[in-house]
Amino acid sequence: MNNLAYKHETFRDDYTYRNSPDAIRRFPFPFAEDHYMYSVNIEQHQPGAKGSIVEHAFDIDEHYVSECEDKLITLGQDKGRYAALPHMMDAQWDFLELSMESLSRDYPHLFTLTKDGERWTWRNGPLGIEDSFVFGDAATLPLEPFEYMGRQVQGDFVLLDQREGTLFADAGFITSQADWSLAFDVGMSWHEWHGPVPQVEKMGIMDRALKFLMSLQQGNPVRRLNWTMTINPRLDTSPEHFPEWGPDKLKVTAQNAGEKAHLRVELQTMFRLPRSNAILFSIRCYLISLEELATYPRWAKRFHRVLRDLHPDLLEYKGIKVYHEAVLAWLSQHDDGAELALGAHPE
Amino acid sequence: MSALNVIVSNIELVADGIRHFTFIAADGGELPGFSGGSHVVVSMPAGNRTYRNAYSLLSSPADRSNYQIAVRLQEQSRGGSRFMHEQVKVGTRLDISWPVNLFPISRVGHQHILVAGGIGITPFMSQVHDLLRTGAGFELHYAFRSPRHAGFIDQLKQLLGNKLVCHDQSQGQILDLHALLSRQPLGTHVYVCGPDGMVDALIATAHELGWPDAHIHNEEFLAPPVGEPFTIRLRQSQKNVDVGAEVSMLEAMEAAGVDVPYLCRGGACGRCELEVLATDGVIEHHDHYLSDAEKGAGKKIMPCVSRAKCSFIELNL
Repeated sequence: MNNLAYKHETFRDDYTYRNSPDAIRRFPFPFAEDHYMYSVNIEQHQPGAKGSIVEHAFDIDEHYVSECEDKLITLGQDKGRYAALPHMMDAQWDFLELSMESLSRDYPHLFTLTKDGERWTWRNGPLGIEDSFVFGDAATLPLEPFEYMGRQVQGDFVLLDQREGTLFADAGFITSQADWSLAFDVGMSWHEWHGPVPQVEKMGIMDRALKFLMSLQQGNPVRRLNWTMTINPRLDTSPEHFPEWGPDKLKVTAQNAGEKAHLRVELQTMFRLPRSNAILFSIRCYLISLEELATYPRWAKRFHRVLRDLHPDLLEYKGIKVYHEAVLAWLSQHDDGAELALGAHPE
Repeated sequence: MSALNVIVSNIELVADGIRHFTFIAADGGELPGFSGGSHVVVSMPAGNRTYRNAYSLLSSPADRSNYQIAVRLQEQSRGGSRFMHEQVKVGTRLDISWPVNLFPISRVGHQHILVAGGIGITPFMSQVHDLLRTGAGFELHYAFRSPRHAGFIDQLKQLLGNKLVCHDQSQGQILDLHALLSRQPLGTHVYVCGPDGMVDALIATAHELGWPDAHIHNEEFLAPPVGEPFTIRLRQSQKNVDVGAEVSMLEAMEAAGVDVPYLCRGGACGRCELEVLATDGVIEHHDHYLSDAEKGAGKKIMPCVSRAKCSFIELNL
């Protein structure tokens, strides 16, 4: 996307967030088949098709400015959305370097980075930020390096320290989480923070995914898609703010589901970081209303079938159960039962 | 897996039988950053086969202008160290892997004891730079046969001062592991790299003294899954594909124009799983995907990382 017309929109209160036809077309619809169950759906994070969400290391889209503004609102209400344990300072600089180098390389008309030895100057056009600092000296930045760049890249970020045969979530910048808490999870090991996920233990998926991530190598980042649903286009669906968004689940009807119910897809990318040997886990959230989704009929049909046949444990875990009937009723109008070819493409 | 292309810019003899190589990026730019304790895998094309050996990076991780490795000529060299000593000159181009760290310093530790025997000094060369930078407490114990076997000793003395403790066997200075480990405060981490006997003795001593496993570290290299050449017979497409010693089954099939599904290429996702119909040898499973029972049954294989010790293996593809 070369000429982004940034939209002024909200992810709370009046919820003016909408997707343009372009944004709908590039939406990362995650279902290639009519049935869904967890799998280790990891692939290499190599540059994808031009204009797609995986064209670049980090995707910047038409929601960039509004999403960064929403991050600041959430952070202002709750400082605990950013946390970094003291031993993660090298990983913080790794994150700053990776994000600045990627954005300035992939979107040179929006972001520039100039280096004069350790003296770096960063310019962020869309947000109107310009700072010079000494790489490695946190006192020369207005914020800690991880928080500084976490505010300027869409998505959430976790830095994982690798030790004792597992991974520890020892730093995070989390303002658009699908109902999990950084304050609760920070410092936890892999198996501790995945404890609540149903149906995976017996499949051994978490063990396999952990082994795979522990051998993740620099220069070979990987990605996967995950999904859930959210009522209203809200990024901050945190347990801390449940009273602000939880009750909306009860207001979904077969009539308003098309507008209220959103498919929430996370593009999760994982990078091995150089100085710290930590892993960056980035979670980039894409929201689309059922109405927007249904502009491509095969997506509406397929999503109807996936939701209809989803395992009850997953309906419960993803918090869909309470409005499941209403959403199915809305989607069923768009499903004529025709057989769909494999693949998640829109047309 | 993408490789880094480098040029040898300097070679020095630093101790008896130990050569020190400096690499710079072939494109003249910066090399990727790395963390203390990292190694690279150097590919050495020797005739019609390629050796791949892992060597620790010696330089300061803060310096991205070059990488440095040290290679000791092994008496029973399979070819790798001999190639580095005899074939590689200043100006030689080599492919190396991106840095991998399987021997990191624990970032939550406050006190670290590093124990090196001979050429085992190499992974500590980069670690001491990280430790000096972060200000963590540490001591480096360097045991060697004699001063002429003690590579990098002058450099280390200058860098570390009294944090370096030398144990020169030719002077009768024997490293007393029991005494060393006994006097450390609770929570200390110990790291060892050297001859097998030294590593085993240190681990046994630490266990005897009740050190937790998470505080005892020894270097492991990622062994590239290479083996002997063999042939894949594809039942459905009626094709034979030869797998060379240095390529994976997946790479060999791709090179032969066979369409094999894959995702992670790391033995975790399960996407490239193939059904084994027959083989006259044994499957060498290197993946994390199949269960032990499935591996034992020998009916499935992950061709991205696994291979077989056989003359042929027949797949249902």
